[in-house]
Amino acid sequence: MTLFEVLVRLVLVLLCFLVLPLVIGQTEHKVMGHMQARVGPIYAGGFHGWAQLVADGVKFAQKEDVVPAGADRRVFRLAPAVALIPYMVVLIAIPLGPGDLVGRSIDAGVFFVLAVMGVGVLGSLMAGWASANKFSLLGALRTAAQLMAYELPMLLAAASVAMAAGTLSLTGILGEWQWWWLPWQAVGAVVFFTAGLAELQRPPFDMPVADSEIIFGAYTEYTGLRFALFLLAEYAGILVLCALTTVLFLGGWHGPWSGDVGWLWTLLKTGLLAFVVIWLRVSYPRLREDQLQKLAWTGLIPLALGQLVLTGIVRVATA
Amino acid sequence: MTRMSKFPGAGLAKGLAVTLRTMTKRSVTQGYPEVLPELPPRSRGVIALFEENCTVCMLCARECPDWCIYIDSHKEVVPAKEPGARDRTRNVLDRFAIDFALCMYCGICVEVCPFDALFWSPEFEYATEDIQQLTHEKDTLRAWMWTVPAPPALDERAEEPKELTMARRAADKLAKEQAQAASEASGASASEASEAPEDGTP
Repeated sequence: MTLFEVLVRLVLVLLCFLVLPLVIGQTEHKVMGHMQARVGPIYAGGFHGWAQLVADGVKFAQKEDVVPAGADRRVFRLAPAVALIPYMVVLIAIPLGPGDLVGRSIDAGVFFVLAVMGVGVLGSLMAGWASANKFSLLGALRTAAQLMAYELPMLLAAASVAMAAGTLSLTGILGEWQWWWLPWQAVGAVVFFTAGLAELQRPPFDMPVADSEIIFGAYTEYTGLRFALFLLAEYAGILVLCALTTVLFLGGWHGPWSGDVGWLWTLLKTGLLAFVVIWLRVSYPRLREDQLQKLAWTGLIPLALGQLVLTGIVRVATA
Repeated sequence: MTRMSKFPGAGLAKGLAVTLRTMTKRSVTQGYPEVLPELPPRSRGVIALFEENCTVCMLCARECPDWCIYIDSHKEVVPAKEPGARDRTRNVLDRFAIDFALCMYCGICVEVCPFDALFWSPEFEYATEDIQQLTHEKDTLRAWMWTVPAPPALDERAEEPKELTMARRAADKLAKEQAQAASEASGASASEASEAPEDGTP
Protein backbone atom coordinates (compact mmCIF):
# COMPACT_ATOMS: atom_id res chain seq x y z
CA MET A 1 0.00 0.00 0.00
CA THR A 2 1.57 3.23 -1.10
CA LEU A 3 1.47 6.42 0.93
CA PHE A 4 -0.88 7.96 -1.61
CA GLU A 5 -3.31 5.10 -1.31
CA VAL A 6 -3.28 5.38 2.48
CA LEU A 7 -4.02 9.08 2.22
CA VAL A 8 -6.92 8.52 -0.19
CA ARG A 9 -8.43 5.93 2.15
CA LEU A 10 -8.09 8.19 5.15
CA VAL A 11 -9.69 11.09 3.29
CA LEU A 12 -12.58 8.84 2.24
CA VAL A 13 -13.07 7.64 5.82
CA LEU A 14 -12.98 11.26 7.00
CA LEU A 15 -15.57 12.16 4.40
CA CYS A 16 -17.86 9.36 5.58
CA PHE A 17 -17.27 10.51 9.14
CA LEU A 18 -18.26 14.07 8.34
CA VAL A 19 -21.25 13.37 6.12
CA LEU A 20 -23.02 10.26 7.46
CA PRO A 21 -23.57 11.49 11.05
CA LEU A 22 -25.14 14.65 9.64
CA VAL A 23 -27.40 12.54 7.43
CA ILE A 24 -28.44 10.56 10.50
CA GLY A 25 -29.00 13.78 12.43
CA GLN A 26 -31.18 15.25 9.71
CA THR A 27 -33.11 11.98 9.45
CA GLU A 28 -33.65 12.12 13.18
CA HIS A 29 -35.07 15.66 12.90
CA LYS A 30 -37.51 14.62 10.20
CA VAL A 31 -38.45 11.14 11.46
CA MET A 32 -38.89 12.34 15.02
CA GLY A 33 -41.03 15.19 13.76
CA HIS A 34 -43.33 12.99 11.74
CA MET A 35 -43.55 10.36 14.49
CA GLN A 36 -44.84 13.13 16.75
CA ALA A 37 -47.27 14.35 14.05
CA ARG A 38 -45.08 17.40 13.39
CA VAL A 39 -43.16 18.18 10.20
CA GLY A 40 -39.68 18.87 11.59
CA PRO A 41 -37.43 21.49 9.99
CA ILE A 42 -38.90 22.79 6.71
CA TYR A 43 -37.34 26.18 6.03
CA ALA A 44 -33.54 25.83 6.04
CA GLY A 45 -32.25 25.16 2.55
CA GLY A 46 -35.68 25.21 0.96
CA PHE A 47 -36.23 21.50 0.30
CA HIS A 48 -37.68 19.88 3.46
CA GLY A 49 -35.20 21.80 5.58
CA TRP A 50 -32.21 19.78 4.40
CA ALA A 51 -29.74 22.47 5.53
CA GLN A 52 -31.00 22.60 9.11
CA LEU A 53 -27.86 21.03 10.55
CA VAL A 54 -25.65 23.35 8.48
CA ALA A 55 -27.56 26.26 9.97
CA ASP A 56 -27.16 24.74 13.44
CA GLY A 57 -23.43 24.43 12.85
CA VAL A 58 -23.16 28.08 11.84
CA LYS A 59 -25.09 29.04 14.94
CA PHE A 60 -22.83 26.98 17.21
CA ALA A 61 -19.72 28.43 15.58
CA GLN A 62 -20.90 31.96 16.36
CA LYS A 63 -21.45 31.33 20.05
CA GLU A 64 -19.03 32.35 22.74
CA ASP A 65 -16.69 29.64 23.97
CA VAL A 66 -17.13 29.81 27.74
CA VAL A 67 -14.94 27.97 30.22
CA PRO A 68 -16.27 28.11 33.80
CA ALA A 69 -14.07 29.88 36.36
CA GLY A 70 -13.51 26.84 38.56
CA ALA A 71 -12.98 24.43 35.68
CA ASP A 72 -9.86 22.41 34.96
CA ARG A 73 -9.22 24.32 31.75
CA ARG A 74 -7.03 21.89 29.84
CA VAL A 75 -9.14 18.81 30.55
CA PHE A 76 -12.30 20.80 29.88
CA ARG A 77 -11.04 21.84 26.46
CA LEU A 78 -9.68 18.44 25.57
CA ALA A 79 -12.85 16.48 26.44
CA PRO A 80 -14.85 17.01 23.21
CA ALA A 81 -11.94 15.74 21.14
CA VAL A 82 -11.61 12.65 23.33
CA ALA A 83 -15.31 12.01 22.86
CA LEU A 84 -15.29 12.46 19.09
CA ILE A 85 -12.03 11.12 17.69
CA PRO A 86 -12.36 7.48 18.81
CA TYR A 87 -15.42 7.05 16.60
CA MET A 88 -13.47 8.29 13.61
CA VAL A 89 -10.69 5.84 14.38
CA VAL A 90 -13.19 2.98 14.67
CA LEU A 91 -14.62 3.88 11.27
CA ILE A 92 -11.24 3.07 9.68
CA ALA A 93 -11.56 -0.60 10.62
CA ILE A 94 -15.16 -1.15 9.48
CA PRO A 95 -15.39 -2.88 6.09
CA LEU A 96 -17.78 -1.22 3.66
CA GLY A 97 -17.80 -3.82 0.89
CA PRO A 98 -16.28 -7.11 -0.18
CA GLY A 99 -12.58 -7.47 -0.86
CA ASP A 100 -10.41 -4.49 -0.04
CA LEU A 101 -13.18 -1.94 0.49
CA VAL A 102 -12.10 -1.04 4.03
CA GLY A 103 -10.05 1.76 5.52
CA ARG A 104 -7.57 -0.65 7.05
CA SER A 105 -8.13 -4.34 7.62
CA ILE A 106 -6.97 -5.11 11.16
CA ASP A 107 -6.33 -8.68 12.33
CA ALA A 108 -7.67 -8.10 15.85
CA GLY A 109 -10.45 -5.89 14.48
CA VAL A 110 -13.13 -6.72 17.06
CA PHE A 111 -10.72 -6.06 19.91
CA PHE A 112 -9.52 -2.83 18.35
CA VAL A 113 -12.98 -1.53 17.62
CA LEU A 114 -14.47 -2.26 21.03
CA ALA A 115 -11.42 -0.95 22.90
CA VAL A 116 -11.37 2.33 20.98
CA MET A 117 -15.14 2.78 21.29
CA GLY A 118 -14.76 2.53 25.06
CA VAL A 119 -12.39 5.51 24.98
CA GLY A 120 -15.16 7.75 23.66
CA VAL A 121 -17.02 7.49 26.95
CA LEU A 122 -13.93 8.88 28.69
CA GLY A 123 -14.69 12.19 26.96
CA SER A 124 -17.96 12.51 28.90
CA LEU A 125 -16.21 11.53 32.11
CA MET A 126 -13.48 14.14 31.58
CA ALA A 127 -16.05 16.77 30.69
CA GLY A 128 -18.10 16.11 33.79
CA TRP A 129 -15.11 16.06 36.13
CA ALA A 130 -13.49 19.19 34.68
CA SER A 131 -16.66 21.32 34.64
CA ALA A 132 -16.65 22.06 38.38
CA ASN A 133 -20.41 21.60 38.44
CA LYS A 134 -22.27 19.06 40.52
CA PHE A 135 -24.77 18.22 37.80
CA SER A 136 -21.96 17.60 35.36
CA LEU A 137 -20.22 15.39 37.86
CA LEU A 138 -23.42 13.51 38.53
CA GLY A 139 -23.87 12.95 34.82
CA ALA A 140 -20.29 11.86 34.39
CA LEU A 141 -20.52 9.33 37.20
CA ARG A 142 -23.75 7.96 35.76
CA THR A 143 -21.94 7.66 32.44
CA ALA A 144 -19.18 5.72 34.15
CA ALA A 145 -21.64 3.43 35.90
CA GLN A 146 -23.44 2.83 32.64
CA LEU A 147 -20.19 2.07 30.83
CA MET A 148 -19.26 -0.47 33.52
CA ALA A 149 -22.62 -2.19 33.23
CA TYR A 150 -23.03 -2.29 29.47
CA GLU A 151 -19.47 -2.83 28.24
CA LEU A 152 -19.63 -6.42 29.49
CA PRO A 153 -22.71 -7.66 27.56
CA MET A 154 -21.44 -5.83 24.50
CA LEU A 155 -18.09 -7.61 24.67
CA LEU A 156 -19.72 -10.98 25.33
CA ALA A 157 -22.06 -10.57 22.35
CA ALA A 158 -19.18 -9.59 20.09
CA ALA A 159 -17.13 -12.50 21.41
CA SER A 160 -19.92 -14.85 20.37
CA VAL A 161 -19.59 -13.74 16.75
CA ALA A 162 -15.82 -13.96 16.90
CA MET A 163 -16.21 -17.50 18.23
CA ALA A 164 -18.61 -18.42 15.44
CA ALA A 165 -16.27 -17.11 12.77
CA GLY A 166 -13.09 -18.30 14.39
CA THR A 167 -11.42 -14.96 13.75
CA LEU A 168 -11.18 -11.53 15.33
CA SER A 169 -10.80 -9.70 12.03
CA LEU A 170 -13.90 -7.84 10.90
CA THR A 171 -13.23 -8.63 7.25
CA GLY A 172 -12.55 -12.26 8.28
CA ILE A 173 -15.90 -12.46 10.11
CA LEU A 174 -17.69 -11.17 7.03
CA GLY A 175 -15.83 -13.70 4.90
CA GLU A 176 -17.13 -16.54 7.06
CA TRP A 177 -20.65 -15.21 7.36
CA GLN A 178 -23.58 -17.41 6.29
CA TRP A 179 -27.24 -16.44 6.16
CA TRP A 180 -28.19 -18.86 8.97
CA TRP A 181 -26.00 -16.90 11.34
CA LEU A 182 -28.88 -14.42 11.42
CA PRO A 183 -31.17 -16.59 13.59
CA TRP A 184 -28.20 -18.23 15.27
CA GLN A 185 -26.78 -14.92 16.57
CA ALA A 186 -30.11 -13.08 16.90
CA VAL A 187 -30.01 -12.86 20.69
CA GLY A 188 -26.43 -11.63 20.53
CA ALA A 189 -27.43 -9.00 18.01
CA VAL A 190 -30.19 -7.66 20.25
CA VAL A 191 -27.87 -7.62 23.26
CA PHE A 192 -25.08 -5.90 21.30
CA PHE A 193 -27.39 -3.28 19.84
CA THR A 194 -29.09 -2.53 23.15
CA ALA A 195 -25.82 -2.33 25.05
CA GLY A 196 -24.40 -0.10 22.33
CA LEU A 197 -27.38 2.23 22.66
CA ALA A 198 -26.78 2.42 26.37
CA GLU A 199 -23.13 3.15 25.85
CA LEU A 200 -24.02 6.01 23.50
CA GLN A 201 -26.42 7.33 26.17
CA ARG A 202 -29.19 7.40 23.63
CA PRO A 203 -32.80 7.37 24.83
CA PRO A 204 -34.23 5.29 26.48
CA PHE A 205 -30.81 4.91 28.15
CA ASP A 206 -30.08 8.63 28.47
CA MET A 207 -30.04 8.84 32.25
CA PRO A 208 -26.53 10.38 32.26
CA VAL A 209 -27.61 13.31 30.06
CA ALA A 210 -31.23 13.48 31.28
CA ASP A 211 -31.82 17.07 30.24
CA SER A 212 -34.93 17.50 32.36
CA GLU A 213 -33.26 16.63 35.64
CA ILE A 214 -29.49 17.06 35.46
CA ILE A 215 -29.48 19.50 32.54
CA PHE A 216 -27.57 17.45 29.96
CA GLY A 217 -25.21 15.99 32.55
CA ALA A 218 -21.57 16.27 31.62
CA TYR A 219 -22.30 18.79 28.87
CA THR A 220 -24.02 21.36 31.09
CA GLU A 221 -21.16 23.88 30.99
CA TYR A 222 -20.34 23.50 27.31
CA THR A 223 -21.24 26.09 24.71
CA GLY A 224 -20.58 26.81 21.07
CA LEU A 225 -18.37 24.58 19.02
CA ARG A 226 -17.31 22.29 21.84
CA PHE A 227 -20.92 21.49 22.58
CA ALA A 228 -21.50 20.90 18.88
CA LEU A 229 -18.60 18.45 18.89
CA PHE A 230 -20.24 16.47 21.71
CA LEU A 231 -23.47 16.36 19.72
CA LEU A 232 -21.56 15.27 16.63
CA ALA A 233 -19.90 12.56 18.73
CA GLU A 234 -23.36 11.25 19.61
CA TYR A 235 -24.35 10.93 15.96
CA ALA A 236 -20.96 9.54 14.96
CA GLY A 237 -21.54 7.03 17.76
CA ILE A 238 -24.86 6.01 16.24
CA LEU A 239 -23.16 5.54 12.89
CA VAL A 240 -20.39 3.42 14.36
CA LEU A 241 -22.76 1.32 16.46
CA CYS A 242 -25.09 0.67 13.53
CA ALA A 243 -22.22 -0.12 11.18
CA LEU A 244 -20.67 -2.49 13.72
CA THR A 245 -23.97 -4.26 14.36
CA THR A 246 -24.37 -4.58 10.60
CA VAL A 247 -20.91 -6.05 10.15
CA LEU A 248 -21.00 -8.41 13.13
CA PHE A 249 -24.60 -9.63 13.05
CA LEU A 250 -26.39 -8.66 9.85
CA GLY A 251 -23.79 -9.84 7.40
CA GLY A 252 -22.44 -6.45 6.32
CA TRP A 253 -22.15 -6.39 2.55
CA HIS A 254 -23.77 -9.81 2.05
CA GLY A 255 -26.93 -9.69 -0.06
CA PRO A 256 -28.08 -10.10 -3.65
CA TRP A 257 -25.50 -8.82 -6.19
CA SER A 258 -23.14 -8.18 -3.31
CA GLY A 259 -20.20 -8.39 -5.71
CA ASP A 260 -21.23 -5.16 -7.38
CA VAL A 261 -23.23 -3.27 -4.79
CA GLY A 262 -21.92 -4.70 -1.52
CA TRP A 263 -21.18 -1.23 -0.17
CA LEU A 264 -24.80 -0.30 -0.79
CA TRP A 265 -25.95 -3.23 1.32
CA THR A 266 -23.73 -2.10 4.20
CA LEU A 267 -25.04 1.45 3.99
CA LEU A 268 -28.64 0.25 3.68
CA LYS A 269 -28.46 -2.00 6.73
CA THR A 270 -26.66 0.70 8.71
CA GLY A 271 -29.31 3.22 7.73
CA LEU A 272 -32.07 0.85 8.74
CA LEU A 273 -30.49 0.35 12.16
CA ALA A 274 -30.04 4.10 12.54
CA PHE A 275 -33.76 4.47 11.87
CA VAL A 276 -34.41 1.94 14.65
CA VAL A 277 -32.22 4.01 16.98
CA ILE A 278 -34.33 7.09 16.25
CA TRP A 279 -37.54 5.08 16.47
CA LEU A 280 -36.62 3.80 19.94
CA ARG A 281 -35.83 7.35 21.06
CA VAL A 282 -39.25 8.59 20.03
CA SER A 283 -41.17 5.64 21.44
CA TYR A 284 -39.79 4.97 24.90
CA PRO A 285 -39.49 6.97 28.09
CA ARG A 286 -36.20 7.21 29.94
CA LEU A 287 -35.14 4.32 32.17
CA ARG A 288 -34.46 5.11 35.81
CA GLU A 289 -30.90 4.64 37.04
CA ASP A 290 -31.67 1.45 38.98
CA GLN A 291 -33.72 0.05 36.09
CA LEU A 292 -30.75 0.71 33.83
CA GLN A 293 -28.41 -1.28 36.03
CA LYS A 294 -30.96 -4.02 36.55
CA LEU A 295 -31.50 -4.43 32.82
CA ALA A 296 -27.79 -4.82 32.22
CA TRP A 297 -26.85 -7.14 35.07
CA THR A 298 -29.95 -9.34 35.27
CA GLY A 299 -31.10 -9.14 31.66
CA LEU A 300 -28.44 -8.55 29.05
CA ILE A 301 -25.48 -10.32 30.65
CA PRO A 302 -27.30 -13.64 31.19
CA LEU A 303 -28.66 -13.40 27.64
CA ALA A 304 -25.17 -12.73 26.27
CA LEU A 305 -23.75 -15.66 28.23
CA GLY A 306 -26.56 -17.86 26.93
CA GLN A 307 -25.74 -16.78 23.39
CA LEU A 308 -22.10 -17.63 24.03
CA VAL A 309 -23.06 -21.14 25.20
CA LEU A 310 -25.32 -21.62 22.17
CA THR A 311 -22.58 -20.46 19.83
CA GLY A 312 -20.14 -22.86 21.47
CA ILE A 313 -22.51 -25.83 21.20
CA VAL A 314 -23.35 -25.22 17.55
CA ARG A 315 -19.72 -24.58 16.74
CA VAL A 316 -18.60 -27.87 18.29
CA ALA A 317 -21.52 -29.77 16.77
CA THR A 318 -20.82 -28.55 13.24
CA ALA A 319 -17.05 -28.76 13.45
CA MET B 1 -50.16 -3.20 38.74
CA THR B 2 -51.41 -2.61 35.24
CA ARG B 3 -53.09 -5.40 33.40
CA MET B 4 -50.66 -8.06 32.24
CA SER B 5 -50.25 -8.54 28.53
CA LYS B 6 -50.14 -11.97 26.98
CA PHE B 7 -46.57 -11.81 25.76
CA PRO B 8 -43.67 -10.17 27.54
CA GLY B 9 -42.70 -7.09 25.56
CA ALA B 10 -46.14 -6.69 23.95
CA GLY B 11 -46.37 -3.24 25.50
CA LEU B 12 -43.00 -2.28 24.04
CA ALA B 13 -44.10 -3.43 20.59
CA LYS B 14 -47.33 -1.49 20.94
CA GLY B 15 -45.35 1.65 21.70
CA LEU B 16 -43.27 1.20 18.56
CA ALA B 17 -46.41 0.60 16.51
CA VAL B 18 -48.00 3.83 17.73
CA THR B 19 -45.04 5.97 16.68
CA LEU B 20 -44.70 4.19 13.35
CA ARG B 21 -48.38 4.63 12.59
CA THR B 22 -48.18 8.31 13.47
CA MET B 23 -45.29 8.71 11.07
CA THR B 24 -47.36 7.45 8.15
CA LYS B 25 -50.20 9.87 8.84
CA ARG B 26 -50.30 13.53 7.87
CA SER B 27 -48.80 15.80 10.46
CA VAL B 28 -51.07 18.25 12.22
CA THR B 29 -48.69 21.19 11.93
CA GLN B 30 -50.30 24.37 10.58
CA GLY B 31 -48.15 26.26 8.09
CA TYR B 32 -49.44 29.52 9.50
CA PRO B 33 -47.54 32.40 7.89
CA GLU B 34 -47.84 30.75 4.47
CA VAL B 35 -51.17 29.05 4.96
CA LEU B 36 -53.82 31.06 6.76
CA PRO B 37 -55.77 29.09 9.35
CA GLU B 38 -59.33 28.06 8.66
CA LEU B 39 -61.10 29.77 11.52
CA PRO B 40 -64.50 28.60 12.69
CA PRO B 41 -67.43 30.92 11.97
CA ARG B 42 -67.98 33.61 14.61
CA SER B 43 -64.31 33.63 15.54
CA ARG B 44 -63.53 36.46 17.92
CA GLY B 45 -60.57 38.10 16.23
CA VAL B 46 -61.22 41.81 16.56
CA ILE B 47 -64.17 44.14 17.08
CA ALA B 48 -65.16 46.16 14.01
CA LEU B 49 -67.20 49.35 14.06
CA PHE B 50 -69.90 50.08 11.49
CA GLU B 51 -69.58 53.80 12.02
CA GLU B 52 -72.65 54.81 10.03
CA ASN B 53 -74.89 52.90 12.44
CA CYS B 54 -73.44 54.40 15.60
CA THR B 55 -75.64 56.91 17.41
CA VAL B 56 -73.23 57.59 20.27
CA CYS B 57 -75.63 56.09 22.78
CA MET B 58 -72.57 55.09 24.85
CA LEU B 59 -74.10 51.76 25.89
CA CYS B 60 -71.01 49.83 24.75
CA ALA B 61 -68.61 52.08 26.64
CA ARG B 62 -70.70 51.80 29.79
CA GLU B 63 -71.18 48.06 29.65
CA CYS B 64 -67.53 47.30 28.88
CA PRO B 65 -66.13 45.50 31.95
CA ASP B 66 -62.61 46.71 31.18
CA TRP B 67 -63.57 50.28 30.23
CA CYS B 68 -61.53 49.91 27.08
CA ILE B 69 -63.88 51.79 24.73
CA TYR B 70 -63.32 55.52 24.39
CA ILE B 71 -66.03 57.66 22.78
CA ASP B 72 -66.04 61.41 22.13
CA SER B 73 -68.90 63.22 20.37
CA HIS B 74 -70.55 66.56 19.93
CA LYS B 75 -74.03 67.68 19.02
CA GLU B 76 -74.92 69.31 15.76
CA VAL B 77 -78.03 71.32 15.08
CA VAL B 78 -80.05 70.15 12.13
CA PRO B 79 -82.13 73.11 10.92
CA ALA B 80 -85.84 72.57 10.71
CA LYS B 81 -87.10 71.26 7.37
CA GLU B 82 -90.35 73.08 7.42
CA PRO B 83 -91.01 76.63 8.52
CA GLY B 84 -92.33 76.84 12.04
CA ALA B 85 -90.86 73.47 13.10
CA ARG B 86 -88.23 73.10 15.77
CA ASP B 87 -84.56 72.61 15.00
CA ARG B 88 -83.32 69.11 15.78
CA THR B 89 -80.00 68.06 17.29
CA ARG B 90 -78.02 65.06 16.26
CA ASN B 91 -74.99 63.28 17.81
CA VAL B 92 -71.82 63.27 15.74
CA LEU B 93 -69.12 60.71 16.56
CA ASP B 94 -65.70 62.35 16.97
CA ARG B 95 -63.70 59.51 18.37
CA PHE B 96 -64.37 55.83 18.82
CA ALA B 97 -61.38 53.83 20.04
CA ILE B 98 -60.96 50.37 21.52
CA ASP B 99 -57.86 49.57 23.54
CA PHE B 100 -57.20 45.92 22.62
CA ALA B 101 -54.51 45.75 25.27
CA LEU B 102 -57.31 46.00 27.83
CA CYS B 103 -60.08 44.26 25.90
CA MET B 104 -60.81 40.75 27.12
CA TYR B 105 -62.86 39.84 24.08
CA CYS B 106 -65.99 39.18 26.11
CA GLY B 107 -68.14 40.61 23.33
CA ILE B 108 -70.57 42.39 25.66
CA CYS B 109 -70.27 45.58 23.58
CA VAL B 110 -71.24 43.65 20.44
CA GLU B 111 -74.20 42.10 22.26
CA VAL B 112 -75.38 45.31 23.81
CA CYS B 113 -75.23 47.61 20.75
CA PRO B 114 -78.89 48.39 19.88
CA PHE B 115 -78.08 49.72 16.40
CA ASP B 116 -75.86 46.95 15.06
CA ALA B 117 -72.79 49.13 14.91
CA LEU B 118 -70.32 46.64 16.47
CA PHE B 119 -69.38 43.29 14.92
CA TRP B 120 -66.96 40.47 15.52
CA SER B 121 -64.35 40.09 12.78
CA PRO B 122 -62.11 37.01 12.47
CA GLU B 123 -59.12 39.25 11.64
CA PHE B 124 -56.35 38.51 14.16
CA GLU B 125 -53.10 39.77 12.66
CA TYR B 126 -52.82 43.09 14.46
CA ALA B 127 -50.05 42.33 16.94
CA THR B 128 -47.73 45.27 17.54
CA GLU B 129 -44.37 45.80 19.17
CA ASP B 130 -45.75 48.60 21.34
CA ILE B 131 -48.67 48.24 23.71
CA GLN B 132 -49.72 51.83 22.95
CA GLN B 133 -50.39 50.94 19.35
CA LEU B 134 -53.03 48.42 20.40
CA THR B 135 -55.53 51.27 20.86
CA HIS B 136 -57.26 51.39 17.50
CA GLU B 137 -59.22 54.43 16.38
CA LYS B 138 -62.44 54.53 14.43
CA ASP B 139 -60.92 54.56 10.95
CA THR B 140 -59.11 51.27 11.65
CA LEU B 141 -62.19 49.83 13.32
CA ARG B 142 -64.26 50.90 10.30
CA ALA B 143 -61.76 49.29 7.92
CA TRP B 144 -62.12 46.01 9.80
CA MET B 145 -65.80 46.09 8.95
CA TRP B 146 -64.83 44.79 5.49
CA THR B 147 -63.49 41.60 7.07
CA VAL B 148 -66.73 40.81 8.90
CA PRO B 149 -68.26 37.68 7.34
CA ALA B 150 -71.87 37.57 6.23
CA PRO B 151 -74.21 36.41 8.97
CA PRO B 152 -74.80 32.67 8.97
CA ALA B 153 -77.81 31.48 6.99
CA LEU B 154 -81.05 31.09 8.90
CA ASP B 155 -82.58 27.73 9.66
CA GLU B 156 -84.77 26.27 6.97
CA ARG B 157 -88.13 27.14 8.53
CA ALA B 158 -87.02 30.10 10.60
CA GLU B 159 -89.11 33.23 10.85
CA GLU B 160 -88.20 35.86 8.33
CA PRO B 161 -85.93 38.62 9.66
CA LYS B 162 -87.82 41.64 10.89
CA GLU B 163 -86.02 43.98 8.49
CA LEU B 164 -87.15 41.99 5.47
CA THR B 165 -90.75 41.91 6.66
CA MET B 166 -90.77 45.64 7.19
CA ALA B 167 -89.17 46.34 3.83
CA ARG B 168 -91.60 44.11 1.99
CA ARG B 169 -94.58 45.61 3.74
CA ALA B 170 -93.42 49.07 2.68
CA ALA B 171 -92.84 47.90 -0.88
CA ASP B 172 -96.28 46.28 -1.01
CA LYS B 173 -97.90 49.44 0.28
CA LEU B 174 -96.10 51.50 -2.35
CA ALA B 175 -97.08 49.14 -5.15
CA LYS B 176 -100.70 49.19 -3.98
CA GLU B 177 -100.81 52.98 -3.95
CA GLN B 178 -99.20 53.17 -7.35
CA ALA B 179 -101.68 50.66 -8.74
CA GLN B 180 -104.52 52.58 -7.19
CA ALA B 181 -103.24 55.86 -8.63
CA ALA B 182 -102.82 54.26 -12.04
CA SER B 183 -106.37 52.86 -12.01
CA GLU B 184 -107.76 56.21 -10.85
CA ALA B 185 -105.84 57.96 -13.59
CA SER B 186 -107.12 55.62 -16.28
CA GLY B 187 -110.67 55.61 -14.84
CA ALA B 188 -110.90 59.43 -14.72
CA SER B 189 -110.18 61.76 -17.62
CA ALA B 190 -106.57 61.77 -18.83
CA SER B 191 -106.20 65.46 -18.14
CA GLU B 192 -106.39 64.86 -14.38
CA ALA B 193 -102.89 65.12 -13.00
CA SER B 194 -101.80 61.99 -11.26
CA GLU B 195 -100.58 62.52 -7.74
CA ALA B 196 -96.97 61.76 -7.15
CA PRO B 197 -96.85 58.57 -5.14
CA GLU B 198 -95.60 58.92 -1.62
CA ASP B 199 -92.13 57.75 -1.01
CA GLY B 200 -92.51 54.33 0.49
CA THR B 201 -89.35 53.84 2.43
CA PRO B 202 -89.91 53.39 6.14
